[in-house]
Amino acid sequence: MSTESANLDLREGYTEKYGFHDAEQSVFKSRRGLDKDVVAQISDMKGEPVWMKNYRLKALEIFEKKPMPTWGPDLSVIDFQNIFYYVKPTSEEFKSWDDVPADMKRTFDKLGIPEAEQKFLSGVGAQYDSEVVYHKIQEKLEKLGVLFLSCDQGLKEHEALFKQYFGTVIPSTDNKFAALNSAVWSGGSFIYVPKGVHVDVPLQAYFRINTKDMGQFERTLIIVDEGAFVHYVEGCTAPTYSSDSLHSAVVEIIVKAGARCRYTTIQNWSNNVYNLVTKRAVAYRNATMEWVDGNLGSKITQKYPSVYMMEPGAHGEILSIAFAGKGQHQDAGGKVIHCAPNTSSKIISKSISKDGGRAGYRGLVKVQKGAVDSRSTVNCDALILDERSRSDTYPYMEIEEDRVTIGHEATVSKIGDEQLFYLQSRGIDKEEAAAMIVSGFIEPIVKELPMEYAVEMNRLIQLQMEGSVG
Amino acid sequence: MSSNAELVIRDLHVGIEGKEILKGLDLEVKKGEIHALMGPNGSGKSTLANTLMGHPKYEVTQGDILFKGESILEMEPDERSRAGLFLAFQYPVAIPGLTVANFLRTALNTRLAPAATNGSGAMPHKKGIAPKEFRALLKEKMGLLKMDESFAGRYLNDGFSGGEKKRAEILQMAVLKPEIAIMDETDSGLDIDALRIVADGVNALAGPGMGVLVITHYNRILNYIKPDRVHVMVDGRIQVSGGADLALKLESQGYDWVRDQQEVEQS
Repeated sequence: MSTESANLDLREGYTEKYGFHDAEQSVFKSRRGLDKDVVAQISDMKGEPVWMKNYRLKALEIFEKKPMPTWGPDLSVIDFQNIFYYVKPTSEEFKSWDDVPADMKRTFDKLGIPEAEQKFLSGVGAQYDSEVVYHKIQEKLEKLGVLFLSCDQGLKEHEALFKQYFGTVIPSTDNKFAALNSAVWSGGSFIYVPKGVHVDVPLQAYFRINTKDMGQFERTLIIVDEGAFVHYVEGCTAPTYSSDSLHSAVVEIIVKAGARCRYTTIQNWSNNVYNLVTKRAVAYRNATMEWVDGNLGSKITQKYPSVYMMEPGAHGEILSIAFAGKGQHQDAGGKVIHCAPNTSSKIISKSISKDGGRAGYRGLVKVQKGAVDSRSTVNCDALILDERSRSDTYPYMEIEEDRVTIGHEATVSKIGDEQLFYLQSRGIDKEEAAAMIVSGFIEPIVKELPMEYAVEMNRLIQLQMEGSVG
Repeated sequence: MSSNAELVIRDLHVGIEGKEILKGLDLEVKKGEIHALMGPNGSGKSTLANTLMGHPKYEVTQGDILFKGESILEMEPDERSRAGLFLAFQYPVAIPGLTVANFLRTALNTRLAPAATNGSGAMPHKKGIAPKEFRALLKEKMGLLKMDESFAGRYLNDGFSGGEKKRAEILQMAVLKPEIAIMDETDSGLDIDALRIVADGVNALAGPGMGVLVITHYNRILNYIKPDRVHVMVDGRIQVSGGADLALKLESQGYDWVRDQQEVEQS
């Protein structure tokens, strides 16, 4: 098979499995474009308190003032006035799949969400365009005081707690897209895990874009109280449209003393989505924050989950997988900021590029003055599958203390002809052999995923690899 | 000329990057037979092994390779494998992140189910061997080669010792049950205990259902694996063939007399 025809086939599987779309059926859609009126309208429709409306309007000003970032992939083609910023799919949020409108229910069925909820999840949130249409958590967790709501419901039902933390980890002044999200945010998750409570089975949120030319701006706020544990998983897909969509989320996480939070993403947007996300966690004394970040879809992704280690003993970990095929640019990575003595961090990044795709690692290790005896290791490995594809590594280091241990290793490799021949000599065809080599390459990260997601990840890689070797 | 041997090599000429290595090689291997192919370094032994398996680097310029009566020159390595040919590599390649068990189950399943994915993105080989059945099979074969059970969970050839790599090759052969197996210098780099284990493994597998071509530089392995026929290769051709006693003659007299004989023939 020639490489050219392979390119054409690449997303065919995606279109069938995820790239379909429902007929538009929103109950409300803001007009195209962005200004004060649109922002105020979103806030009014949600019946928000005045402070939030003002926060949004202020953020809009910040967004308008900040220049487009130019240090990464080219974002100049995004036309902010051509986007629908708020598309409300239903009049309310449901607690039973039976109540979710049939089209949407069918979509989530196709994506396997209700089935997964039955089998291996503690709670599920499902967002469709701008709003969460379904949300449910197991009763026993509810009884323990665990909150798992859409972010909008979080604000409505727990305003004091919400206000205490919202915007404290990522202020709207942080960057242009954080400002944009702060102005037009809608949906996302609000999670609170009380002291000492271990949520043993993951909570999952699923994000689905359906409407053409829309922007999805979910906002997530997770507070893990002292000694508690939670694993939150998010997945996302979108229809394959010829025009571009924008997804710009903000995720803030507070991990208190002795607590642990793991946040797993399997990002599988269609190839017409700009995915520009800010994710940050603060970890206090002896707390652990882990990001497992898988980026397979989107046209351009810029995402560098970060951990600020605020007090001694805090630990931050970022495991990142980026897969870039034809027309894709994955600018992924992570940031670890050591703000206190005796903190530790680890970043493992695996990037794969093929069919002219570009995948890279961009990361920062920062040790602030006073953060003595801090330890950090960074490993980034790149696998390039053909001559037209590209991998970049931008490892930034800002070390302001001497008494620290910092390790950095980077490798770039290609799938060897000898590896392919060896696997083929055992009866495995070339295409599958290449997929097996790629799966092996990311195995150190995939094995960190819950079994069901590991299977999903391998399946997605298989899908991406189809028709890839000539 | 017709032959009922499973593997028939006729007047095989093979080049690599324009340089001719094999210069008209003839050889037949039948199921149930053990053949030894010996020869000095650079005589083309590994070229033959790789060519039989279909390594893309080697170009067949003349002659033919028939497997079960059909030419396999146009077949991909995976097709040759599924047809029943096996090569135990001299230098097995590491595949980090791919466990021995996973790899072997996939390889085995290519024989039980259609090889390619069907384009739906579904995992292939869904109909293959049941996990439980496979575990039992693997356990049995690993026992045969005195391998620890933890071996199945290790990444293929990744950080394996020389002996472990060779044992892993024989394990693959045991699971895949080829009709003709080519062993490319499987004895090299093995200590005497490992050599005995590998040889025991081959002897246990060899039988009416499998023919073996043992390619070796030394005849050490032939103390453990008794060949029916011994062939001596010099300069891209088989120069002398004989019974097991030929290996003994080589051991005592070296390869020089074969070379001399060749020169006499050529003059």
